[in-house]
Amino acid sequence: MTSSQVIDMQSSTVAAAKTVPSWKQDGAEPFVKIENITKKFGEFTAVDNVSLDIYKSELFCLLGGSGSGKSTLLRMLAGFEAPTSGRILIDGVDMAGIQPWKRPVNMMFQSYALFPHLTVADNVAFGLKREGVSNSEAKKRTAEMLDMVQLGHLGKRKPHQLSGGQRQRVALARSLIKRPKLLLLDEPLGALDKKLREETQFELINIQEELGVTFVVVTHDQEEAMTLATRIGVMNNGVIVQTDEPHDVYEYPNSRFVAEFIGSVNLFEGQVTEDEPDFVRIASPEAGASLTINHGISCAPDQVVHVAVRPEKIHISHERPEQKDNYLQGEIEEIAYMGSLSVFKVRLPSGKEVRVTQPNFTRHMGERFTWNDKVFLYWDEDSSVVLTS
Amino acid sequence: MSISTGSAWVDGSSSLMKRYKILRGTNWGKAAVVGVPAIWLAVFFFVPFLVVFKISLSETAIAVPPYTSLLEWDVEEAYMTFKLNLGNYLYLLEDAFYLDAYLSSIKIAGVSTFFALIVAFPIAYLIARSEGSRRGLLLALVILPFWTSFLLRVYAWMGFLKKNGIVNEFLLSIGIIDQPLIMLQTDFAVYIGIVYTYLPFMVLPLYSALEKMDMTLLEAAEDLGCTPMKGFFLITVPQAMPGIIAGCLLVFIPAVGEFVIPALLGGSDTLMIGRVLWDEFFLNRDWPMASAVAIVMLVVLVLPIMLVRNSQGKQEAI
Repeated sequence: MTSSQVIDMQSSTVAAAKTVPSWKQDGAEPFVKIENITKKFGEFTAVDNVSLDIYKSELFCLLGGSGSGKSTLLRMLAGFEAPTSGRILIDGVDMAGIQPWKRPVNMMFQSYALFPHLTVADNVAFGLKREGVSNSEAKKRTAEMLDMVQLGHLGKRKPHQLSGGQRQRVALARSLIKRPKLLLLDEPLGALDKKLREETQFELINIQEELGVTFVVVTHDQEEAMTLATRIGVMNNGVIVQTDEPHDVYEYPNSRFVAEFIGSVNLFEGQVTEDEPDFVRIASPEAGASLTINHGISCAPDQVVHVAVRPEKIHISHERPEQKDNYLQGEIEEIAYMGSLSVFKVRLPSGKEVRVTQPNFTRHMGERFTWNDKVFLYWDEDSSVVLTS
Repeated sequence: MSISTGSAWVDGSSSLMKRYKILRGTNWGKAAVVGVPAIWLAVFFFVPFLVVFKISLSETAIAVPPYTSLLEWDVEEAYMTFKLNLGNYLYLLEDAFYLDAYLSSIKIAGVSTFFALIVAFPIAYLIARSEGSRRGLLLALVILPFWTSFLLRVYAWMGFLKKNGIVNEFLLSIGIIDQPLIMLQTDFAVYIGIVYTYLPFMVLPLYSALEKMDMTLLEAAEDLGCTPMKGFFLITVPQAMPGIIAGCLLVFIPAVGEFVIPALLGGSDTLMIGRVLWDEFFLNRDWPMASAVAIVMLVVLVLPIMLVRNSQGKQEAI
């Protein structure tokens, strides 16, 4: 990626931040409307009554583990599977009974599915030729598309002569050439190695912003979803558990599943003792402390809830902190030095293990703590979240 | 090799050394792996081929074996004659009967190969798309007929196709025809026989090509605007091409020289080169002529096949 692209990307991110995203505007018409979609394979319910609105020019990520139904949902958008019940509207048109080859949708396959007997250029031009675009026009657009994915010089090669990253670009070019209104991407970066994946993520965002196409990406990789997405839909057992912007999904998970699926988290079980509009206090025998959170929740008194704290939000110290709540005592059981940060596993008297990560601000940060040290763990009132489900 | 060799010998000794190295570098295990089949082919294919070629250049004689020797040695005159008779080959060109036989064989084999392909493709496709255990069963069913005698199966077809055979009986009973159809001893029966007999040779290579195909390719084609029919011709057929070529060669080559099927199912006017060969050999006892017919058949078959293989190899190299 060139430096000018980096600047482009930053400026466009800034520009995007200024305008209110369409999913927050009242009355904005969704581009893709999924209404109560259910898909059953025999007895097995792959997708269970899912409703979802996706807006124009969004880069929407469906995130979930294997068998969560995310791929099935994507295949229903492409038309490869027919929903058992429910409706899908794309740009206001009901997709029921519309065959894959007639949908204004293209898909980039996880395996790329490049045609092995055709050259790179013929692969990319394939969709145009089926549309009956003239030869000269098809040639021109193919060349443009190959240039965009920086493969202009490889048009005459066969797919098996390309590297994994190059194949991925061919697949992307091929799926974009018909200028689809909606591009579906099934694990688009799954087959690439880590370094290439990070580079390609940003390229994908650039291309998406340049063309203004709506992307729906399926992925099991939460980091990928966080980087790519304008919004994330977290799926589990055929249901979308939470739909939010990446920041909100991470900082305000709405359930234990989401909190644990995205990043790592420490969960403390407890009972609500005080529930005021601007704070909650929870007694947690597991944590061995009383925990306060500076936002109110709506719950029954004495309800059993979970307090979620991310490992990087926990401070670790040998001295007792000054705050009244939100501190625990424990013993360091394991230390993992990971270069940029150190991970501590601290055992509480209750037997509960707490995971804490600390950035290594200085070179000798990690040496301040050692095994079996008695330490205090503490965090701010607005660092934790209460989960009722 | 001596170290004190003069400079004039350097060139010679270095080439000697190279040869020595090559000898030492010979991988005997590898040589044996390649050598054993090579010797086998030489002894059981190439030598007999040379013998047949030799016979084709001799003349018939009332003797044992019934042909003249190429080399004659007159002891008294100390005179050696070496006689090559090209008459058999010239006769093949002169007599239109042989040309007709070749063309008719190629036509019958070609048409049969085409129909074998049409019949085998759906079978191979179905097997390639079946689940694991079912796939094994279906493949076994394709190979199963080989467990009974080939001759027996051709005779069975006579039972099906004859005037009061099963097919005619059935068609008469449901009233589609009121006269039995003459099917046996026609070219039609020969086609049926060849397609039936050689079908597994078409199904198996097609299956192995289709089985390797990634089904998401068809979804990708549909996604890019292909109807399933178009996707079949633009994606499946090219993907199956190695299997199509292999299957067609495996059916076409033996079908051209087929003798038993036209002899049993064909009529007296079914002209195939295998029968001509048989007649020359056993009825006319003209071994040289029969040999010439065989050699020409080999050339007619081998040349196009080599061309096909060659172009295939080049394509793969690209």
